Order: sequence, then C-alpha cells, then structure tokens
Amino acid sequence: MSAGQATLGSRLPRLLSLVPYLLAHPGVRVDQAAADFGVTEKQLRRDLELLWMCGLPGYGPGDLVDLSFAGETVTVTEDAGMRRPLRLTTAEATALLVALRALAEVPGMVDTDVVRRAVAKIESAVGAADAPAGVAVGLTAREEETTASVRAALDRGRALRIRYYTASRDVVGERTVDPMRLLLVEGREYLEAWCRSAEGVRLFRLDRVDDVVELAEPAAPPPSARPTDLSAGLFRPDPEQREAVLMLEREARWVAEYYPVDELVEWADGRAEVRLRFTDDAWLVRLVLGLGGHAQLLRPAPLRAAVAERAEQALRGLAAS
Amino acid sequence: MNLVLCLLSTRQFLSAERIRATVPGYDGAASDEAFFRMFERDKAELRDLGIPLETGRRSMFDTVDGYRIARQDYELGDIELAADEAAAVALAARLWDSPELAGAARGALVKLRAAGVEVDEAAGAGVEPKVRATEPAFGPLLAAVQAGRAVTFEHRPHPAAESRRRTVEPWGVVSWRGRWYLVGHDRDRDDVRCFRLSRIEEPVTAIGPAGAIQAPEGTDLVGLVRDSAGPPPVIGVARVWVAEGRALGLRRLGRLLGPRDHHGAPGEVLELELRSPETIARWIGGHGPDVVVLEPAELADAVRRGWAAAARAHASPAPRLADQPSDEQLGVELRSVAR
Repeated sequence: MSAGQATLGSRLPRLLSLVPYLLAHPGVRVDQAAADFGVTEKQLRRDLELLWMCGLPGYGPGDLVDLSFAGETVTVTEDAGMRRPLRLTTAEATALLVALRALAEVPGMVDTDVVRRAVAKIESAVGAADAPAGVAVGLTAREEETTASVRAALDRGRALRIRYYTASRDVVGERTVDPMRLLLVEGREYLEAWCRSAEGVRLFRLDRVDDVVELAEPAAPPPSARPTDLSAGLFRPDPEQREAVLMLEREARWVAEYYPVDELVEWADGRAEVRLRFTDDAWLVRLVLGLGGHAQLLRPAPLRAAVAERAEQALRGLAAS
Repeated sequence: MNLVLCLLSTRQFLSAERIRATVPGYDGAASDEAFFRMFERDKAELRDLGIPLETGRRSMFDTVDGYRIARQDYELGDIELAADEAAAVALAARLWDSPELAGAARGALVKLRAAGVEVDEAAGAGVEPKVRATEPAFGPLLAAVQAGRAVTFEHRPHPAAESRRRTVEPWGVVSWRGRWYLVGHDRDRDDVRCFRLSRIEEPVTAIGPAGAIQAPEGTDLVGLVRDSAGPPPVIGVARVWVAEGRALGLRRLGRLLGPRDHHGAPGEVLELELRSPETIARWIGGHGPDVVVLEPAELADAVRRGWAAAARAHASPAPRLADQPSDEQLGVELRSVAR
C-alpha cells in the first residue's frame, strides 16, 4: 500500500498477513491462498501485485518484498522482515477464545481435553495484554451421555434407534433415524437426522431423547435429505400449522416470549393479543388450560369449547372425591 | 503497508520528516499540510488494527517526536496446533452467528494461518454449535463493553412492565442457554444486575470517557447470569396421580412410585420436585382430569383455582366486546404494531 490510500478497509490486515502466510506455505496455489483468506482469486492476485511494489527506496534488497510465481503457485523470495503475522486484536482474541472456552464446557459434543489444549496454546501466543474481555458464553450440556452416544454414532456413520418424547403430542415413541449432524442452537442440543418413519429431516431435542441404541447398519440418509438452514433461527413457519388467537393477561405475557408468536397487539390494560402457531389440538388445549384463566383462547372456536369442557370435567372429578 | 515496513525496520524513533522522505507514497503530498493529514490518518488506521505504534525521542536533543513499531509487541507469538486442536479452533470460529463476533473470529483465523497453523474450516463436520446474536442491542453493548464506557438505555424488566431508563457500567455480555444478557453495575440501583438483551430497547447510548469501566477482578460473568436467570431451588416434593398412558411429558420429569386407582380409573402415583409452584401448577393443570394432585394441599388448591378460572374464561363463545376488533381490523392493527 502506498501511504495515503484511504479505501483499504480490511485490506491492510490481509496484506500484513500475506507475507508470513506465504512464508509458511511456500509454493502455495493462488486459489488455495484465496480460499484461506476468504477472498476471490482475483482479489488475492491484486493483493500480491500490490505487495510486490512494497518496500523502501534506499535500503538493501532485504527491505523489499519479492515474490516468484510459478504456474498457479507463488513463493516469497524476499520478506522485508515481515516474518510473523500481527498479533490478534483484543476483539479477535475474544471471539476465538470465548468460543473455545464455551466448547470446553460441552463434554460429549467435542473432546474437551483437545479444546483445553488449544485454548492454552492460543492464550500463550496471544499474550496477557489481549486477554479476552467482556464476552462470556455458557452453552448448556445436561445430556452428556446422550450427546456422547449420538456423537459416536455420527463418527462411525451408524443408524440409531431412539426413544423420543414428542412434546406437541405428549407421547413417547421409538424411531429409527439416520444421523446427519449434532447441533447446538439457542442453548439446546439437537440431533439432525433423517427420520425413517416420518420420511423427512427432523431435529430431535437431545433432552427429549430417552434412550439411544446404535444399530449395526450404516446411516444412509437419502440424497434428498438436506441439512436444515439455521440462518433464520430454528423456528420457521410451517404451512401445515394452524393459527390460534390468544388473549394473554399480564401473568401470561411470557407465552409471547417463549413460543414463536407472529404478531402482537398490546391493550392499554396490560393484556396482549397474539397469534400462535400450533400443530396439535391437544397441545393447545393443555397450554391454555394450564394457564388457568390468565389466557383466553379466542380462536379456533371448537378448541375454545374444548378448554371449557376439560376444565369442567376436571372440576367434576374433584367434586366426586 | 510501506509505513508499517518502514517503522518495523527501525529500532530508532523516526521523525515524521524522515518518514516522509523514506516511505513511497508520501512524496506525492503537495504540501506540508497535505502530508500531515495523510500521516495522521495512516497512524490512526494502524492503531485501529492493533499495531503498537510507539512515540518517543531518540535523545534529549531531539525537538520532535518520532515513531516506531515495537516488533516484539507487533508479532503474534509462536504457536503450533495439532490437527485435532486446529479442528477445535475451526469449530470455535464457526460458533458465532453474529456479524461482530464472526468477523473477529475470521480475522483471528487468517492470522493463525499466516503463523503456519493449518486450520481446515470444514473440520469437525457433523457437529455444529451456534451462538446467535440477533438482538439489535448486541452490537452497541459489545462495543461499549470493549471500549470500557458506561451505557444508558430503556429496559423492560418483564414483557408486561413499563420500560425504564437505566444507566449501567457494563462488565460483559453473556450468552447463557441461548439467551444474551448484559451484566454490570446498575448506577440507579447501585447494585449488580443482569439485563436480558431482548428486553433492552434501542437506542443504546454510550456515555462518559473510554476506558472508565472495568469489571472487578475475578468477576464470574456466567455465574452472575446463572444465579439471576437459572431455575429456582427445590422447595419440596409433590405427589400426583396420573391416568394410565397419559401425561407422558410430566412422567419424564418425575419418579413413578407405583400403580394406583383413582375413582376406579387405573393409573400411577408420580413424585415431582417442587421448584416454582406456579410453573408446576401450570404443567399439572394443563392435563385436566388426567392428573390429580395428592399433596401438598396448596398445590391441589392452586390447580383447582386455575381450572375454575379457565372454565369461567371460556364458558361463553368468544366475546365480541366493543374494543374487540373484528378479524379484518385485527389484520390491519396487527401489522401496524408488529415488531
């Protein structure tokens, strides 16, 4: 870079890392280097051209950067003294070390001894001055045994038989699944797998897996099985779900934070009206009945009547005793 | 780039004039003023990148400050990672699902690669931990924590409460069980507090000088959040009857004590830990006649009151009150207040 160029942005840190990178990878292919830096090959070639022009007039050849190209590969022949990359900034050290430390607390999902060794090595390379600050993560890991069994099956590429509790239908059932990934999203662990009975990719919450048996047969998700897109969060509107309208009193307002609700009207008296998506009638009736009058189901009308009927039944049962 | 090369190559402090004469690019400056403008901007850029730019004088006879980069502070220390350790680093760098932290983690990976560490970003496929940070307050709060500045914002203690202005000395942002919290000293209440980020409203304004706020030595950020947002302690046990084949979710939470009939209906007795009476009354109440509380009496009473209230609330067809919008109005109003 010539001094005074203003529009470099993230380019200067890349340029500063490029010489030590090339020293550490003599004869690296240009496309490989571009991939490692997360830029296009064209951009990387422009960076290399700029590097080639760097140096100080009046100094010896050792003060210039010199590169040699052979076919698709590149090698540094003069490094101008830039043999090591710049140390990590506090933000970089924080992002990496906080993530590693969080993983070190998730036994079963990763080998925590390996993670701790990586933390120690990075800490010593980073130095105390840039110790991470201001961010901490507590990933939860209460299903250690289940996680470890699922992880082992994934590593060995085996199918699993699981005993799974389906909350929406309040039932426990056996399923045979072809594991695809182990996910930890929004504080919960999930097994992403092809479910042979549902014939689709499903996410199974590990805290609802009661038993895991690894089968002798290989995991074989069909080619049509696509990993779940997590970029918009776990809950995506499902066209098969229906909508309920609920009036929540103050005491039940947490429902709108806990469950994915679409829209919200707040009334001046503190009540709120929400639209909640649901799959199973009995689940919705259980939710509303449990809220004990702090929530009123406005629609659908048949389920509103069902809430009233279940409540009356329960009260009659008590009166009989 | 040339400025970095120049300052790295010197052990002595170089004056601005000397730098101007040496570094290609500065020779094009039309005037002293133009040169100093360029030079100031470049120095600021280097400092932003974390390059340790030192200022000093070569001797007591020097009349102006010179500059140099301390090589031992500039360079990343030696590091060698085994293949499994590098895979763990790749997994860690993928953890963040927020532009601020993901960008910083990527920057760290580039430097590690430049130090000769082979980090395969696809390593550890099959395991995918993610920490999302989509709350709008996350970026400004993280920036304030890292700059050591106090912040002020509007906050709702719970969804139904009025929002209140808070001024906080932020110690850290903490992700716990998939939710983000701000931990710090609340100036208004003169106490340590945790705030859920989803209940902090924009704008978050940083106040006061940078570097003024620091978490006390030995602060356990995650521990503070766990104490404030974790489950309440066990205060007793409840015994309930569950009808045969019903309330499977409730059964998973407790311990079955044995079969028992209730008014001639077959079922089992289930023992449950009692933490929050409201929560357990809700879980039990939802099952209606399929679950009957045997003890304690207070819990049985709470469940019965809940049923009576639910019966009253749902006794008639859905009300059409004056303030009750029709379906069509509902659609319009919902959109206008949707967040």
